[in-house]
Amino acid sequence: MASTDTAHEAEPTRRDFLYIATGAVGAVGAALTAWPLIDQMNPDAAALALATTEVDISSIAPGMSVTVKWRGKPVFIRNRTPEEIEAAKAVPVSELPDRDARNANFDHGLPADDANRAATGRENWLVMVGICTHLGCVPLGQQGPFGGWFCPCHGSAYDTAGRIRQGPAPENLHVPKYEFISDTQIRIG
Amino acid sequence: MAATSSYQPKSGFAKWLEARLPIIGLVHSSFVVYPTPRNLNYWWTFGAILAFMLVVQIATGVVLAMHYTPHATMAMTSIEQIMRDVNYGWLLRYLHANGGSMFFLAVYIHMLRGLYYGSYKDPREVLWILGVIIFLLMMATAFMGYVLPWGQMSFWAATVITNLFSAIPLVGEAITTWLWGGFAVDNPTLNRFYSLHYLLPFMIAGVVVLHIWALHVVGQNNPTGIEIKSKQDTVPFTPHATIKDSFGLVCFLILFAWLVFFLPNYLGHPDNYIAADPLKTPPHIVPEWYFLPFYAILRAIPNKLLGVIALFGSIAILIFVPWLDTSRVRSAVYRPLYRQFFWIFVLTGIGLGYLGSQPPEGVYVIAARILTFYYFAHFLIVMPLIGILERPKPMPSSITEAVLAKVKDQSGVAAETKA
Amino acid sequence: MTSSSRAAGTPAMKRLPFVLAAVVALGVASALPVAAQEADHDGDAGTVHYPLRNPEQLTWTFAGFFGHFDPAQLQRGFQVYREVCANCHSMKLVAFRHLGLEGGPLFGDAEVKALAAEYQITDGPDGSGDMFERPGRPSDYLPSPFPNDQAAAAANGGAVPPDLSLMAKARGVGRGVLWGLLDFFTQYQEGGPDYVHALLTGYVEPPEGVEVPEGTHYNPYFNAGSALAMPAPLADGQVTYADGTLGTVDQYARDVSAFLMWAAEPHLVERKRMGFQVVIFLIVFAGLMYVTKKKVWATVAH
Repeated sequence: MASTDTAHEAEPTRRDFLYIATGAVGAVGAALTAWPLIDQMNPDAAALALATTEVDISSIAPGMSVTVKWRGKPVFIRNRTPEEIEAAKAVPVSELPDRDARNANFDHGLPADDANRAATGRENWLVMVGICTHLGCVPLGQQGPFGGWFCPCHGSAYDTAGRIRQGPAPENLHVPKYEFISDTQIRIG
Repeated sequence: MAATSSYQPKSGFAKWLEARLPIIGLVHSSFVVYPTPRNLNYWWTFGAILAFMLVVQIATGVVLAMHYTPHATMAMTSIEQIMRDVNYGWLLRYLHANGGSMFFLAVYIHMLRGLYYGSYKDPREVLWILGVIIFLLMMATAFMGYVLPWGQMSFWAATVITNLFSAIPLVGEAITTWLWGGFAVDNPTLNRFYSLHYLLPFMIAGVVVLHIWALHVVGQNNPTGIEIKSKQDTVPFTPHATIKDSFGLVCFLILFAWLVFFLPNYLGHPDNYIAADPLKTPPHIVPEWYFLPFYAILRAIPNKLLGVIALFGSIAILIFVPWLDTSRVRSAVYRPLYRQFFWIFVLTGIGLGYLGSQPPEGVYVIAARILTFYYFAHFLIVMPLIGILERPKPMPSSITEAVLAKVKDQSGVAAETKA
Repeated sequence: MTSSSRAAGTPAMKRLPFVLAAVVALGVASALPVAAQEADHDGDAGTVHYPLRNPEQLTWTFAGFFGHFDPAQLQRGFQVYREVCANCHSMKLVAFRHLGLEGGPLFGDAEVKALAAEYQITDGPDGSGDMFERPGRPSDYLPSPFPNDQAAAAANGGAVPPDLSLMAKARGVGRGVLWGLLDFFTQYQEGGPDYVHALLTGYVEPPEGVEVPEGTHYNPYFNAGSALAMPAPLADGQVTYADGTLGTVDQYARDVSAFLMWAAEPHLVERKRMGFQVVIFLIVFAGLMYVTKKKVWATVAH
């Protein structure tokens, strides 16, 4: 058994320092070892790789929508009618529960007016991730009190620009990064 | 387990828990105050090293299982995606593959320690047998794990080893078909091996608990082979054994790191980076290094059934060691004749391992037969006879006496006993 | 053995079995490889072992403790793969995006995109159920020259040109126990690239009296026979390197072997760098542990 010899009074501080140093190095080693075990669950390089989807929109007539899958998620592509565009433009941004455009093609913080939601220069085209910003259900199109989308799970209602107007959802439907690679082709992502 | 725990819970929470599930007390009596012989050398650190390696294999295995696909068409690709795209995937894969090898290295050293110091003798027979069971489970686990990458060696090793069962008279074919889930090693075999490979390590963990329990009932052996007689013979497990085990472990990890980071494919076979092809057998089928001695024994016997019996017999014979060794002296430290034969046995094992890696041709065949004979002779002839015929060296009367004698030798003056 | 008296000869008697065993073991160990070779020449067990000649051991930038890839060499190697090997050999596990990663050929983002776009990738089915071709993207994998193994075999005299993604790790030649032990300390893991280089540069006319089957080509470095279905794929000046390096068969073979090593182990550089840090850490930790152990046991006779 270790002795508690009083002659070693000065030693304990040196001994303690050694024990603390060894323990600390061990703790650092343990943390560094644990990290790969945790990080491996993060998306791997293949998932992170720029996965893009190209969509041919030539067959989408005004008033029609198409839902495509992108990165495992639904994306709504709608060719809006003039009435829908007018309705969206008529809403002052100050009335909106979420004033942020939520458009990945632009910088953060732009106001959620219709021009910042629809495709630039092609305002009839609306491309949005079809996941309700409340708890992730897929909203139903052309339903609800604002003529846009309605989420049946908890009653969130979006307008014709996909902006939240009523219900528990905190944010407008997100607009993903996308571009028109031709008049009839969109590339998402 | 200790009859009475000396643990006194101090905090309110500790008292509350102790009254309901005395786990703190159990850990305290088993791993803190537990009386450990003071003269244990570093060969005794391999038990802790093995426990650590089991945790490493389970931890890396579980996270690898999050990315692996156990289907014949996707297994190798999924592993390559782990190697290339999963964050630190290459590290986890190499840790797991080389960890298996390190696990076996440690277990062989651990077993040889037992054979040298007589740790299998009364009253530790059950402890020893539980160890043999762990060894068998390890071999099954490692074998199935090696099949999972579905490389050429994976496939053909699976074919050869599962075909062994067809040697059993009457029911052999049926058993082999049952193992395969088909008429040859194929996808069903891969899937069930994956399931069992995930399961068996937890069974190993269970038997390890029994193994440690059996150990704590009888207490550790020690280099003198003389049982603990008084408290003076011992030190508390923490901090003495804890720090020694930790130091041994870190040294072991240096070797492990050397392999994983600089020689990750050294112990493997290049053919296993070729996708399994049922129509093409590699020129030399070899198992992983830790199976080579037993592979040599299998091939040494020219008869199919007898070869299989020799293979399983070479492991089963370990169970009977406590009764095969007739010596009344435990430790080879005091057994000058047995000690020589122990080292010959080690050389035999290494020789068999080398022969297992070579093609079974010419001189290699004869050598393998000689060494196989000697392997069994060591257990069946040497151990019983030497125990009777040998005159052991004079032994100290206690651990303390041995330690004091050693200290006196080293310091040249009478040492004080520190209580 | 009878129990010995305490005569002066006793220690020697006790050591006898050990000495005998050591002598026998040494004798066997040294005789075995020689005897095995004799057995080969006897034709008694008689199997010839391939390769007929072991590959030359080259120096590679990625060997050893501080191994690293030379991005310029990997880019040249990729060029050789693309212009020569890819006509028959797929490399399905490598994606274009991998070519831009750290520790590799280090093509820039724009280069990777442009490179991918040079390829036509089969995609689909489209809305009408048909497959179609489109320009490649970084996330695509290198396309295979043949749609399946059967087509590959049909175009190559019945032999399927193997995928090259793992070739550098799927080849290696046993060098005997002594080399094997030495390799543990020298960290020799380059048996694959050595093999590939030797094979690519090793085509010669078969010696007098040796016939090779129709459609195969003699190569003493081939590990599965004396001749293989692949004809010598490289010739001097076949590929013009953009960086002006002289285009010889040996240079092409070195560059493409290095590229294959990267393709098989893209994380090699990261692995060795981390290994260096881990081993240093563990040595320091072991030192601390040792001193701690000494301190804990200082007052305990053991």
